[in-house]
Amino acid sequence: MIDTSHYLVLSAIVFSIGVVGVLTRRNIIIIFMSIELMLNAVNLNLVAFANRLQDLNGQIFAIFVIVVAAAEAAVGLGIVIALFRNKKTVNVDEIDIMKW
Amino acid sequence: MEAILHAGLFYLLAAILVVFAVLTILARNPVHSAVYLISALLSMAGLFFLLGAEFVGAVQILVYVGGIMVLFLFVLMLVNVGEIEKERRASRQWRTAIVLGCVLAIELVYLLAKGAGIFSGGGGASLVEERTLNTEAVGRLLYTEYLLPFEIASILLLVAMVGAVVLAGRDSR
Repeated sequence: MIDTSHYLVLSAIVFSIGVVGVLTRRNIIIIFMSIELMLNAVNLNLVAFANRLQDLNGQIFAIFVIVVAAAEAAVGLGIVIALFRNKKTVNVDEIDIMKW
Repeated sequence: MEAILHAGLFYLLAAILVVFAVLTILARNPVHSAVYLISALLSMAGLFFLLGAEFVGAVQILVYVGGIMVLFLFVLMLVNVGEIEKERRASRQWRTAIVLGCVLAIELVYLLAKGAGIFSGGGGASLVEERTLNTEAVGRLLYTEYLLPFEIASILLLVAMVGAVVLAGRDSR
């Protein structure tokens, strides 16, 4: 009754919600959180196909995606802290030093 | 009976996931946004368990919720949240963003519906009887076929840790 296409549609919806979050919000940490939403949608897609094809490679891929997301979050939030220390803001509209 | 339970759990977890994902991008307070994302990730872990991927679900709870989101909350505490709430939340192009998001969602759902014949089947907890433990099978794969990516992942985490400490560390002036 619940087959793989249900999981794929759910993954597509969550990915689109993440995309809207990245394009809409101005707080950089919330943009980061929307990126994590998109990564999780991709993980759901991978694990759904691992279930469908009875192949564990999809789950291994999902584990590595989680590892890379952890590394990216650590470095990205370090950048955010350094940015905040210098600019005293996390609003991406105000970080425009490189504009001409 | 089992199919009804399976379907009920799937729809419940899917509804929780979508509702909390939408609340994550709509919340005014970033700390509320982080807590909503934690709930969404927990329901995603439930979906992983439903798909028979127990190790991935446990890793999701331990690493994603227990590590990454806690890191987010720490950074949110360091960055002064009170003053940020007064600023405008959304960019000036939010209508365009929502239109683009809807276009993307419609495209993806249309493509999935068109090829639905290929994707049907599977999706159940069909690995119940004859499989070995999921964690054991994943561990065996990780240490034999995927040994090199595993070691590279550990080096990547070391590099990320050093990088984060250097970036966020105190200026020694």
